[in-house]
Amino acid sequence: MMGEEAVTATPRVGLPSASILPGLRALANALVQPVAALIVSLLLFGLFVAFAGVNPLHVYAYMFQGSFGSWFSVQNSVTRASPLILTALCTALPAQLGLMIIGGEGALVMGGLFAALVGVGMNGASPLLVQCTMALVAMVAGGIWIALAGGLRHWRGVNETISSLLLVYIAIAILNHVVEGPFRDPKSLNKPSSPSIGDANLIGNIPGTEIHWGLVFGLIACVIAYVLINRTAFGFSARVAGGNVRAARMVGLPVGRLVLTVCFLGGAAAGLAGMVEVAAVQERANASLIAGYGYTGILVSFLARHNPLAIVPVAILLGGIGASGGLLQRHLDLPDAATVVLQGILFVVILASETYQGRLRLFPERAGE
Amino acid sequence: MSGAAASGGLELEVTGASKRFGTNQALDDVSIKVRKGSVHALLGENGAGKSTLVKCVMGFYQADSGRVAIDGTEVEIVNPRDAHALGLGMVYQHFTLVPNMTVAENLVLARAHLPAVVDWRKETAELGRFLETMPFKVPLDATVAHLAAGEKQKCEILKQLYLRRRLLILDEPTSVLTPGEADEVLGMLRGLAQSGALTILMITHKFREVLAFTDEVTVLRRGKLAGSGEPRKLGADAMARMMIGSQTIPPPAARSGKSGDIRLEIDGIEALNDVGEPAVKGLTLTVRGGEIVGIAGVSGNGQRQLVEVLAGQRDHTAGQIVVHGDVFGATRTEMRRHHMAALPEEPLRSAAVGKMSVEDNMALRVFDQPPFASWGWWLHRAPVRRAAEKLIDRYRVRTNGPGAAIATLSGGNVQRAVLARELGSDVDVLIAANPCFGLDFAAVADIRGQIMQTRNRGAAVLLVSEDLDEILELADRIVVMSGGKIVYETPASGADLTAIGKHMAGH
Repeated sequence: MMGEEAVTATPRVGLPSASILPGLRALANALVQPVAALIVSLLLFGLFVAFAGVNPLHVYAYMFQGSFGSWFSVQNSVTRASPLILTALCTALPAQLGLMIIGGEGALVMGGLFAALVGVGMNGASPLLVQCTMALVAMVAGGIWIALAGGLRHWRGVNETISSLLLVYIAIAILNHVVEGPFRDPKSLNKPSSPSIGDANLIGNIPGTEIHWGLVFGLIACVIAYVLINRTAFGFSARVAGGNVRAARMVGLPVGRLVLTVCFLGGAAAGLAGMVEVAAVQERANASLIAGYGYTGILVSFLARHNPLAIVPVAILLGGIGASGGLLQRHLDLPDAATVVLQGILFVVILASETYQGRLRLFPERAGE
Repeated sequence: MSGAAASGGLELEVTGASKRFGTNQALDDVSIKVRKGSVHALLGENGAGKSTLVKCVMGFYQADSGRVAIDGTEVEIVNPRDAHALGLGMVYQHFTLVPNMTVAENLVLARAHLPAVVDWRKETAELGRFLETMPFKVPLDATVAHLAAGEKQKCEILKQLYLRRRLLILDEPTSVLTPGEADEVLGMLRGLAQSGALTILMITHKFREVLAFTDEVTVLRRGKLAGSGEPRKLGADAMARMMIGSQTIPPPAARSGKSGDIRLEIDGIEALNDVGEPAVKGLTLTVRGGEIVGIAGVSGNGQRQLVEVLAGQRDHTAGQIVVHGDVFGATRTEMRRHHMAALPEEPLRSAAVGKMSVEDNMALRVFDQPPFASWGWWLHRAPVRRAAEKLIDRYRVRTNGPGAAIATLSGGNVQRAVLARELGSDVDVLIAANPCFGLDFAAVADIRGQIMQTRNRGAAVLLVSEDLDEILELADRIVVMSGGKIVYETPASGADLTAIGKHMAGH
């Protein structure tokens, strides 16, 4: 009945019917909590460095300088952000389904390993073909890795948080086994690595910058993820199943298929991050892939409230925090790990501030009944 | 706070209470006086402000204005602890007992101050003495999970008395009880009040209970005081008019049309419950078009699992479901092809996504179809909103607009929104489970009317209900479910209530 009438209406790409002002207000309200959490974390971090005998104000100044104070540091921050954008999607996409996946690191490692295998194996073919195949294979490898956690959850009721975390260690073990044994480059002595994929197959930098193309991959992936979640029937189904699985089953949505697909897509994003690490930074698969990008991605996703578009600025922010570590070490004699402390504080504060979600507002919304 | 030593019912007087949530004036200058030792009913439709009023009294909310006086003394109640200290206690619609603990443990647990080590022998002896002073008994060493609903409700009331509460506020205390249990509990409460030990304020929307068990009634409508008085002098009609104001209540929908071909065949279905025990044990049943088959039974006899299987929310372990002659596997395509609809109980838990908007919830069945999506893939928001606006209008769903999260609606309006989605287009097979549970009577009449109309349009309706009156009103054929099977079947006209009751009880 509701169909007949509406068929005659011109279908058009629906825009949010609200005007732009309420949208801005909603954005401002959505920003209050993460920004407050960031400020509280910086204050706590100041306290921490004060105990280490350093003036917090100097720390803040150097952190700014090291992250966004110059073109060089901006490029450094953004470069560090690009894998985070992709690994954050590995948490943010399953989160739409109510799944808490924290094993992005494992998907990244698998993606990197398989990208290297393909890159070495296809050496000599046209670089573009090699790069595309590397990306594709890495995404499939990472995707399958996280889909394993999704499948365990769906068919066996295994907690996906635990299984995805444990799969990280299995992935790392596989990587170590492969690069130390069958696929070891004999020239890599104290750091067992796969052979190089060859200079020709590197994906290089965005012209005029020191930022590699991985950033663009990340941006595209975030936009695709956002559109998928918010504008397609598939994303709608995922949100329904994430919101109430009983309602989803009642209207016949294929919950199992959704779980597997969304986990696969999340894992594919992290797998692509692994490919970028190999094809833009390391040139080969080795233990350098295990740099914690997968774990920082979890933090990024939470700070961004699992919103794919918000992931980009948050990842750049956290990339900046990471980038400033060296400067703090050189000028203030703080350990390099000081920025990890800040990340840790930030994560705890973010989780603690979940209680305030929706309660902190700059602009009052029209209240519900 | 002289309450601890004193005893006897308290007088409660609320004057000019107002409370606003955002733009919604939930309470507007409401006054109520509950006399010492009386049973006072608080009547009103969903969203009339009954719960808001008692929550202000109990200190869960702070009224924006107004005064509360206990025994003539004005008091400040900032939180529930203050209310408890004054001797006010509340019994909720849903049980607040710990299911896997015994009655005695639950009672002792409820005390504000517990010693670090509980001397159970001493406590049990004291509880025994306390129970002797009570007009009704509950086995102290029974595990709460094994008690019937009526017994649990008695425990809740005992708990309040054990805590020496002198004014009890009960929020729809009988909504989970059978009529027999309800009469027993209310009769006992009335006895306690008449003895002067207790004052009772009871939220309800059952006129029968108001007329039979209460001394006074206060009626709220849309946050305002609509009237008060003695129920037996006012009579049901006057109270109904106060409750609903000028709006008219539709009379029960007439039954029309004959039953047709078999639409739904349930053939030897078996299903497990959440802990993996058999709950539905080889149930066979057919429903024809233009027929309502009512499944009566005491809850917990597999009805819930049966409904979940039919609604696609639970897998069955044996048997098959046949719709329109085709084996039904609960996929989206099949549901669409056969025009299946369902009204599960607790719609917010079973049939809606709380944090999603009303318009999105109304689109759950059709969002991947044109005109709401192109190629089953790309969503169009505008048709979704237009369709929702139409449904909201047609089914009178009270909401802050189609974009409001459905969890912000009152229970009756969530049910109406789900009903609009399920019955708003063609229906060939409808599965309904306790569709009117916890709703006020205007909403009940409305929803029952919708179900009857769906039947009259030729749908096969399977109605599972714990409310025998509902089944008697709606069903063409009644079956009784007990122990996961159909144990009795009778045409609704001339049904023998004694036989139905006996089979419900498992004899």
